[in-house]
Amino acid sequence: VSAATYETALRDLALADPRVVVLTAENRAAIRGLPLALGKRFVDVGIAEQTLVGMSAGLALRGRIPVAHALATFLTMRAFEFVRTDVGIAGLPVKLIGAVPGFLSEANGPTHQAVEDVSLMRGIPGMNVFAPGDEEDLLLGLPHVLADPSPWYVRFNTRRAAVAHGPFTPGRAEVLRDGADVAILTYGTLLTEAAAAVELLEEDGISCRLLNLRTLAPIDADAILAAAAEMPLLVTLEDHFETGGMFSIVSELLVRNRVSVPVLALALPARWFTPALLPHVLAEEGFQPVQIAARIREALGRRA
Amino acid sequence: MRERLALRVRERIVRLATDGGCFLGASLSCADVLVALYEDFLELGSGWEDPERDVLLLSKGHDVPALYALFVEKGWLPAARLARHLEPGSGVYWHPNRSVPGVEFHSGSLGHLLSVGLGVALDSCLRASRVRVVVVLGDGELNEGSIWEGLLVARAHRLSNVFLVVDRNGFQANVRTEDLVPLEPLAAKFEAFGCAVRRADGHDFDALGVALAGFPYGSDGPSVLIADTVRGKGLPSIEGRADRWFCNFTVGEVEALVVELHGAAEASLVTEGQIVR
Repeated sequence: VSAATYETALRDLALADPRVVVLTAENRAAIRGLPLALGKRFVDVGIAEQTLVGMSAGLALRGRIPVAHALATFLTMRAFEFVRTDVGIAGLPVKLIGAVPGFLSEANGPTHQAVEDVSLMRGIPGMNVFAPGDEEDLLLGLPHVLADPSPWYVRFNTRRAAVAHGPFTPGRAEVLRDGADVAILTYGTLLTEAAAAVELLEEDGISCRLLNLRTLAPIDADAILAAAAEMPLLVTLEDHFETGGMFSIVSELLVRNRVSVPVLALALPARWFTPALLPHVLAEEGFQPVQIAARIREALGRRA
Repeated sequence: MRERLALRVRERIVRLATDGGCFLGASLSCADVLVALYEDFLELGSGWEDPERDVLLLSKGHDVPALYALFVEKGWLPAARLARHLEPGSGVYWHPNRSVPGVEFHSGSLGHLLSVGLGVALDSCLRASRVRVVVVLGDGELNEGSIWEGLLVARAHRLSNVFLVVDRNGFQANVRTEDLVPLEPLAAKFEAFGCAVRRADGHDFDALGVALAGFPYGSDGPSVLIADTVRGKGLPSIEGRADRWFCNFTVGEVEALVVELHGAAEASLVTEGQIVR
């Protein structure tokens, strides 16, 4: 028995619901078998992200549930105004699947780096943002994303699961480990590195709470405020520009609630990252587990 | 009679060109085209909730006074609501929105509704439905790359239930199209993108009737009707003028324009033109 993949999960959801139409802007890597499985309900528009999104809006207007695939950069930036104006203003149930977001664009270079996608998408009123930590997380959330009557942006991530996940609830962070010294908040790509960094810190006697945020919009304000109240240090860990992503979300939340606590932002500063294969990107940018652990130890004023 | 309906529509449009104003020139140019489409082409079934009704999308957006005026004349929109034009909460403002029954989708940003229309058309094909999609485009709007991108996709997917109607009034916002980004030979451009094209006088109901009756013009892709129109049609004092795009006249000027519309001498206009929004 082969394990479920994104493709088989989406196929099964689409076969079970005739409203689902799978679209792509010639980005078929994760859905190669769907043309055969879905027939006319698989639509490839070619390299045309604006038309992809506008067309999805039109389909949704007619009661369909379009699941639109493109590279995250082009989906959220080339087609931004179509997302904001056609999907966002109308609040249509278009599901945007952004491939190779954040560090996952690896060696493509800055043109392909979606490191402001969370910022852009969460800025659209009514848009939900799901950033699964791995493929298992993605598959747990996918049925909710398709069933929900509002628009969603999915920061597509099929890395192999390094942790065991619990049930998915939109707007609810997943507590993967509880501890007392530091709360590490993360989402998407870097969950794998966060989990490994936690292991290193625990070996040093640093007790960690690890939160997998899962959705950035809606955000689990309760989990973040609880961590702020209970922990000496919050860490926001993300493969996204420091501005506009989770660090900004947490900052907004803390200010709004008049909470002042130490926050260590582990994110991409205002520059694009060094293009390379993922392990090298992580090393270059300081996101290997050992590097993450070192930066947290330093913020806690401890030595290895 | 189409002409008399169009005249009443025009009078309602002109009356919106004060107290905040509206995009008068573009609304007058497409008034006859919209009258022809709703009277002679669109099959609306049992109404706006009928899933088998044809869908008209007003992509150029700022001509929405023509649509609203026609809706009032058809009894679909209460005149009292249109009288609240630009009032907060009335939902009747410079661009279309779906709070007005019969407006199928909002617009304002140019170059969007062809792709939205393709989605509606694709749904129609998937359901083996006879629903047709009319997308009314401005000619200046054809500057947008998304239109040409959409045509490539429409042709690729053989969406022959899509009908593009271009309000070819010859103007961008404040400049003639041919003086800024020339569009001609326009029919040849559409044909090169796989569309079947006809051209007609957009103020001649007989010609429009024939052109609309000919849809679809082909079976492999969208049909395009280029409707040659005059900006500000019906008001010689503003016809074909680059500075009469957005108009916000005094009440007195509007009354003079209404008289002009009915065949009297040209109104004397003091309000400056070229208000760019």
